[in-house]
Amino acid sequence: MNDNRTIEQAEEEIIDAFSLFDTWEEKYEYIIDLGKKLPPLDEKYKVAENIIKGCQSTVWLVTDFADGKVFFKADSDAMIVKGLVSMLIEVLSGHTSDEILNAKLDFIREIGMMNHLAQTRSNGLLAMIKQMKNYALAYKGVNEPEKTT
Amino acid sequence: METLTTISPVFDVQSIREFFPILNRELNDKRLVYLDNAATSQKPQVVIDALSNYYSHYNANIHRGIHTLAEEATAAYESTRVTVRKFINALLPEEIIFTRGATEGINLVAYTWGRQNIHSGDEIIISGMEHHSNIVPWQILCEEKQAILKVIPVTDKGELDMEAYKNLISSKTKLVSVVHASNSLGTINPVKEIIDSAHQVGAVVMIDGAQSTVHLDIDVQQLDCDFFAFSGHKVYGPTGVGVLYGKKELLESMPPFMGGGEMIKEVTFEKTTYADLPYKYEAGTPNIADTVALKSALDFINEIGKDAIRKHENDLLKYATTQLETLPGLRIIGKAKEKVSVVSFVMQNIHPQDIGVLLDNQGIAVRTGHHCTQPLMTRFQIPGTVRASFAMYNTKEEIDKLVSGLQKAIKMLS
Repeated sequence: MNDNRTIEQAEEEIIDAFSLFDTWEEKYEYIIDLGKKLPPLDEKYKVAENIIKGCQSTVWLVTDFADGKVFFKADSDAMIVKGLVSMLIEVLSGHTSDEILNAKLDFIREIGMMNHLAQTRSNGLLAMIKQMKNYALAYKGVNEPEKTT
Repeated sequence: METLTTISPVFDVQSIREFFPILNRELNDKRLVYLDNAATSQKPQVVIDALSNYYSHYNANIHRGIHTLAEEATAAYESTRVTVRKFINALLPEEIIFTRGATEGINLVAYTWGRQNIHSGDEIIISGMEHHSNIVPWQILCEEKQAILKVIPVTDKGELDMEAYKNLISSKTKLVSVVHASNSLGTINPVKEIIDSAHQVGAVVMIDGAQSTVHLDIDVQQLDCDFFAFSGHKVYGPTGVGVLYGKKELLESMPPFMGGGEMIKEVTFEKTTYADLPYKYEAGTPNIADTVALKSALDFINEIGKDAIRKHENDLLKYATTQLETLPGLRIIGKAKEKVSVVSFVMQNIHPQDIGVLLDNQGIAVRTGHHCTQPLMTRFQIPGTVRASFAMYNTKEEIDKLVSGLQKAIKMLS
């Protein structure tokens, strides 16, 4: 996260990891594993204002702004969504507002997970990407870095 | 334990499956296992053909034209009304109003009968297992009229607390609107008892038959309900057409729902008089094609026979319940004595959505979530359930696939 990789490099690494998988089971086991490894969000952050409500599952998203970079932490009550959320954090967290706003996030299509962004899934993932970009936009032009969480 | 071998020899599920072309679909190289029938049922070829045949041969606007096509289209449209009348044993064809679905039927009653008859301080009773479509229209009405919405509680087994219902009923009760069979739990509610108690205090009763109509024998005269609504797409018919039954004297006394063509007798700028039933409630060009094809769906059900279908579905429900209960950590939500073929469950420490995603990858279509019954989910303190619902074309083998699919999902998630 807090390293020197660009967003594209982080996306590339995920695509590379998925290229090793032949079956849907391997892909999902990997995503589930990422979900399990994502550190759970402290309960104090699991409040209404941090909720990105999907129809079925819930995502909580909190941000930090430091040194001109936006940092994300998130959690979900559903494991596969949590794994997908973990990848989004891996890719977007620790970058500037402009970088985040310009991110195309093509890796989601590349690894065959576009269906999770479909409206029928209603899992809050699409809403989460929008919200991450909204935060990035909100931090844009903030001269004095300030902590929000 | 009953198995499919007990099914009557005339009911051959394999030949029934051949009527449904979609069942040949493959997902992820696996044959589709469609267990989301409470959301919508698949369509037999006769229904698909009826749609195509209508547009290919006699598409015309109905009731007005004097040409041959208009006559044929009108005859087909009206013959569906006659078939529906018989299907739910209404007294008269004009008591059958075509709508877009059960939701519109309930809204029609809320906006017409409700606005005319509900006043400040009046009480409307619904139940704790209602679909949002049988909650929200009454909330809107109650807000507008300062009326009070009362809710029959649901027991741990997923049945209505009938003692509590009897205590809710009073001279203030003007309307009772309850679901016949729960879409989330499968519970068949004792609607006859509910209707009789409501009538004793002079209340009008609406029954949401969205789930029950495909499974149970519906006799609106025997039930003596005042309104009954269902959707075409849940009875093997097309989407976009539904039915509202209402007693003739009520339908005649109510104001129209929507104004427009078809629903008028005479229009002047000073005063418009309305058409007779049922056209008073069918403003504008109706959904002719889907209404015509609905007849094919009902004829198809009648031909297979509701008794045989129900026996098959009950066997599937029993088999599924028994098999699912063997899975550790699985808890069935809704253990009512009388159920339609719906089984809802949760897995310990696993979100229903994760189950749904992993089953989908195995070609198994179930529903996960709150099933548009959020208050009911809150009642059971769960975010949602996984719901498998069975139709005439489902098999024991498909339930076995569901169980092994679940085992695989559980293994992957733990």
